[in-house]
Amino acid sequence: MNKAELAMEVARRAKVNQKVAKVVVDAIFEEMVTTLQKGERIEIRGFGSFVIRNYGSYQGRNPKTGESVNVTPKKLPYFKVGKELKEKINSKG
Amino acid sequence: MTKADIVDSVYERVGFSKKEAAQMVEMFFEILKETMDRGEKIKISGFGNFVVKEKRARKGRNPQSGGEIEISPRRVLTFKPSQALKKLLNT
Repeated sequence: MNKAELAMEVARRAKVNQKVAKVVVDAIFEEMVTTLQKGERIEIRGFGSFVIRNYGSYQGRNPKTGESVNVTPKKLPYFKVGKELKEKINSKG
Repeated sequence: MTKADIVDSVYERVGFSKKEAAQMVEMFFEILKETMDRGEKIKISGFGNFVVKEKRARKGRNPQSGGEIEISPRRVLTFKPSQALKKLLNT
C-alpha cells in the first residue's frame, strides 16, 4: 500500500472525497516529520512510537572498494512497535 | 507528540470539526494496522516503509540463567526511514 492507496481507503471509510482525504493523510505525515525534526518523540497508543536516535561517528568501510571511510555522527528515527500491534502481527505467523 | 496533537493539526488544516478530525486520524492508524496485520508492506514516499518480516526459529540464551532456549519463529514489523526523511533529520 502506498500513500495514494491509503488516502483512497481513508476517503472510502470516512465518506469524504479523495482530495480531502489526501490533505488529511499529507497533514498527518507532515506533522510527524516536523515533530521528528524537532527531535521530539511521537507516541501513538496501540500503534507504536518513533524516537530519534543519535549515532556517533565511526570508521566504516566502503563495501565496494574496501576503503576505510569516516562516518559522521547522524540522527535516525527508530520505530518501536506497540505491544498490541506487535502481538497481533505475530499471532498470524 | 501524541494522537491528540495530530488531531489538532488536522483540525487546523482542514475544515472539519474536532470530532471529525479525530475520527479520520483514528481511521488512518486503523488502516495502517490492518494492512500490516495482513502482512502487506506500506510504502510512504518522503517518510519510509513499514515491512512485516518473517523470522525463522533460532537458538537463544536466557541471559539470566545462561540456559539455551529455542526462540520460536515469528513475524516482526520493521520501519525503514526513507532517504528524504534521513536527510531532513540531518540538516
